[in-house]
Formats: sequence, structure tokens, C-alpha cells
Amino acid sequence: MAPLMLSPEHYLMLSLALFTIGVIGVLTRRNVIIILMSIELILNAVNINLVAFSRLWGDVNGQVFAIFVITDAAAEAAVGLGIILAFFRNRETLLADEMDLLKW
Amino acid sequence: MFSQAVFYFFAVLAVASAILMVTRRNIVHGAVFLITTLLATAGIFLQLEAEFLFVVQIILYVGGIMVLFVFVIMLVNLDVSMRLVQFNHQRFVAGTLALILGAQVFLAFKVGRGMLPHPAQQVMSPKNTEAVGDALFTHYMLPFEIASILLLVAMIGAVVMAKRRV
Repeated sequence: MAPLMLSPEHYLMLSLALFTIGVIGVLTRRNVIIILMSIELILNAVNINLVAFSRLWGDVNGQVFAIFVITDAAAEAAVGLGIILAFFRNRETLLADEMDLLKW
Repeated sequence: MFSQAVFYFFAVLAVASAILMVTRRNIVHGAVFLITTLLATAGIFLQLEAEFLFVVQIILYVGGIMVLFVFVIMLVNLDVSMRLVQFNHQRFVAGTLALILGAQVFLAFKVGRGMLPHPAQQVMSPKNTEAVGDALFTHYMLPFEIASILLLVAMIGAVVMAKRRV
């Protein structure tokens, strides 16, 4: 196995770029499904960091943590999409700024 | 050299399709671009010699979670929603704040780059799947069981949420 050729900053910068794009998506979009997909993007950026540092230390623990993050992403997507379906059935909308039943 | 070319190819692919995912008007296009980003990330995992995660990423993320997303988009998609304004009122403030957050972390990396360990010495075990399974079923036994309970709870929650009459 060849040693890692790239410096860890490469992976940190890639992860930072994906994370920032995900945050922009969560904060600026109105569609709830796009917001949920941006959250998936953020979790994915975190996974790149975990795997990159796992490779950096030659240790497999970071990859195990990435597996747990993927598990959480799956659970979050299932529950979130269920909530979106239930909400859409009641209000016929997908826009986050029209979900204001608890606002006064 | 080859490793660097692979990294830059997948990194540019991931970032470009992530930007397209956030900005597209059509949700289905957004989902397809997110799939491209996830596949590019799987390529990065392969370049980092995490073969097990490479396969898990493709099977679970692209084959499982994204299919769920596309199904829900099919169930709730409205043609009207494509003609509405896609960004909320605070979009400029929110975008600027997110970019400031990114610049802050970037600066932190620039300042702290000398403290990162030198990468060239470590080598991974060639039996990646065996090593991951070994760690998962010895050191991480309890978190693994808790994750299975979490998935059970999420499954029940999703069924309850999506049912018409509880």
C-alpha cells in the first residue's frame, strides 16, 4: 500500500467547501426537501473528514464513526421524509416559510 | 501522481454538483445532482483506501436514501412549486453568514496547518473490511447495538408518520 500522497489540507478544504454549500442550502432554500438534501450533504462532508483522518493515522476507528454517521443519516432521512409526507397531506405545501402553525 | 489526479477529479465533480444541487429549480434535478456528489464522495473514499465505506456509500446512500428521496419527491411533487420563488426572504443575509462561516474555518485551517501530523508515514491495513468489522464488533459493540435500536425507532416513526390514520 502506497503512503498517502496528498496533504490533509486537501481533504479539509474539500470537506469545508461541501459543508459551506450545504449550510447555504439549508439557510436560503424554501423547499423542505432541498433543505433535507442539504443536511445529507453536510453529513457527507463530515464523513470525508473522518475518513481522511482515519487514513492519516493509519487507524480504522474513523471509518467506524463514518458508518455510524451514515446510520444516523438514514434514520434522519426516513423520519424527515415521513414528516414531510404527513405535512404535505395536511397543508398541500412544501415551503418552509409557510410552515407557521406554531407561530403567532 | 495518479492518486492526485483521482482526488482532483472527484473533488471538482463533488463540489460542482453540490453547487448545482443547491441552486436548481427542479427538485428532481437537485436529487440527481446530490446522487452525483455522493458517488464522487465514494470515489474519494476509494482514493483514501476505505474500500468498505466506498461500497457502503454506494449501496446505502445512493441505493437506499436517495431512492427514498426520489420516491417522496414523486409523491409530493407539485408543478406549481417550480414557478414560485425558490429562495426565502433572508437569502442574502443567510448566504453571506454561511460564507463568513466558511472563511472563518478556512482561516483556522491556514493558521493551524503546521500542527497537523505528517501523512507520509502511516499505511493502512490491506484488509479494510476485516479491520472495520473487527473494530465494529469488539470495541464498538455497544454503540453498534444502540444504532440498531435507533434504526428500529426511526422505522416505527416513519411508518407512524406516513400512515393516513393512526
